[in-house]
Amino acid sequence: MTTRVGVVVFPGSNCEYDAALAVESLGATSTFVWHSTTHISDVDAIILPGGFAHGDYLRPGAIARFSPVMEAVAAFAADGGPVLGICNGFQVLTEAGLLPGALQKNRGLTFLCEPTTVVVSSTRSVLTRGASVGQELSVPINHFSGAYTCDDATHDMLVARDQIVLRYRDNPNGSRDDIAGVSNEAGNVVGLMPHPERATSALLGSEDGRVLLAGFLGVPALA
Amino acid sequence: MIYSVLVEVSLRPGIADPEGATIERALPALGFTGVSDVRAGKAFRFSIEAANEDEAVRHAQGLADRLLSNPVIEHSVVRVEDAR
Repeated sequence: MTTRVGVVVFPGSNCEYDAALAVESLGATSTFVWHSTTHISDVDAIILPGGFAHGDYLRPGAIARFSPVMEAVAAFAADGGPVLGICNGFQVLTEAGLLPGALQKNRGLTFLCEPTTVVVSSTRSVLTRGASVGQELSVPINHFSGAYTCDDATHDMLVARDQIVLRYRDNPNGSRDDIAGVSNEAGNVVGLMPHPERATSALLGSEDGRVLLAGFLGVPALA
Repeated sequence: MIYSVLVEVSLRPGIADPEGATIERALPALGFTGVSDVRAGKAFRFSIEAANEDEAVRHAQGLADRLLSNPVIEHSVVRVEDAR
């Protein structure tokens, strides 16, 4: 059965077409969901794409979390539906309290746009269930506020519950414990700063994002 | 009454503040010595209608906690500066 993906679009999102094309290249169908929508139906998975939702004013994700669509996203997640936040989408999910921690300005106060190598730390999540622990993937980053931050108690919990999904091999931004992506306790909500949708074709410099997105869609990576 | 409110939002102690650290490093080059513990933050001013000052502070603190700051990494201080 074809996986139907809802890609949430906020004013200021700019990676929605990349996300849609990437999942379609893996055999899924996609539909855009405008941020003022209050109900999401007929989708099997939801992606919050990268960009600058609501201009990133105040803090990245601070205003987007109050968009009407976020209640529908929270309900979908509570029912066990797979939800993926990429970059700005990750920031929105942390602001909304659907994922623990927060994303701060990069350690060097520079906008980073470069390939990174991430290491799979857990395969419990919908994003990494098709990968293997220790697997290294080349996936680009493109952010200013990507330093993952949380207090000691939250970090202990993340480790104990195996919620750290991906770590940077060479920490580019000052993220705590090299964290590039985390999941919720159940593993069905995942956020990461790197962009797997930009690593889905040799033409883009890497195909390593396919194993992540294919896992998320529940399809083989070579589809 | 209408109260003029100032909300200061800053990173919690212990949370790395690269902006504050960068400012602190720049100061000696400009001749400002002896300055330490620089923390960067944000300030918001607005007017709020309330029956009394306590209510104004309570409402302002509520919106500061819910929207203006991210309590995971930031804290906020509310001050009433004027009433009319």
